[in-house]
Amino acid sequence: MFKKLLPHPALTVTLIIVWMLLANELTPGGLVLGVIIGVVIPILTSPFWPARPRLRFGPPTWFYLLLVLWDIITASFQIAVIVLFRRSRDLRSAWLVVPLELRSPEAITMLAGTISMTPGTVSCDVSACGRALLVHALDTPDPEAEVARIKQRYEARLMRIFR
Amino acid sequence: MDAGPVEILISAILVIGGFFALVGSWGLARMPSLMTRLHGPTKVTTLGVGSCLIASMIYFPAMQGTYSAHELLITLFLFLTAPITANMIAKAHLHRQGRAIDPNPMDDIAEGLPPTGVGTGWATFEGQHRDPADPPR
Repeated sequence: MFKKLLPHPALTVTLIIVWMLLANELTPGGLVLGVIIGVVIPILTSPFWPARPRLRFGPPTWFYLLLVLWDIITASFQIAVIVLFRRSRDLRSAWLVVPLELRSPEAITMLAGTISMTPGTVSCDVSACGRALLVHALDTPDPEAEVARIKQRYEARLMRIFR
Repeated sequence: MDAGPVEILISAILVIGGFFALVGSWGLARMPSLMTRLHGPTKVTTLGVGSCLIASMIYFPAMQGTYSAHELLITLFLFLTAPITANMIAKAHLHRQGRAIDPNPMDDIAEGLPPTGVGTGWATFEGQHRDPADPPR
């Protein structure tokens, strides 16, 4: 009964929070509407996520979010320096192939998004079987080291968050 | 009205944000190829917009005495959309390069993408509904 009414509790909570933030005020009426939306949308969209991954909302998750935020800030400084002072012909841009150990599509999406937001890398494509990511790096002296860094800094942590 | 410390802080954050937004746009204009151009807007501009949002989050409670949660939502939506936009642009670009439209030697994909190393090709070119016009990779 509970499973049928709330097939995706995390999505329900997210929807209610986003709705309340959109409404920008805490009123009983708004909360009721938020709860209705939070219950109806997961039920209506349940065919779209047949096998959703198990997420752990523990310290590793929060630490990961803070790490990514920190990396975005430091990355912005690095990219700003490159944009302002590096000549185009001195750019050492390269394509990286990151072999994946993550298997669930949601986890790979998280990793690809993280790569796109952080230092000098944009994820471009995934292999047809989902076991390798194609990443473009703006300026990397050592592509191998960059791949290793992505794997141990982000992927290893995501492995612990998505089981 | 005297400039209080809060006001100075807000101004500083706004100037930093404006600087990064400018650098991101400059990167978009001056980088040599599409793939390198993608890097400016996805990262530097994120910090630029983020700084403006932080300034807004400080300004309204401190100066106007009102609270607004919309900045948090804007941050959330920005983080959701920026990587996806970059990914779509990159994919479209790979297809254009694959058909030899507008090739740019700075992108290093004239002679093909690196092999996946896992047996199958890249999903952009090797899906279930593969377009026969795409060259083999």
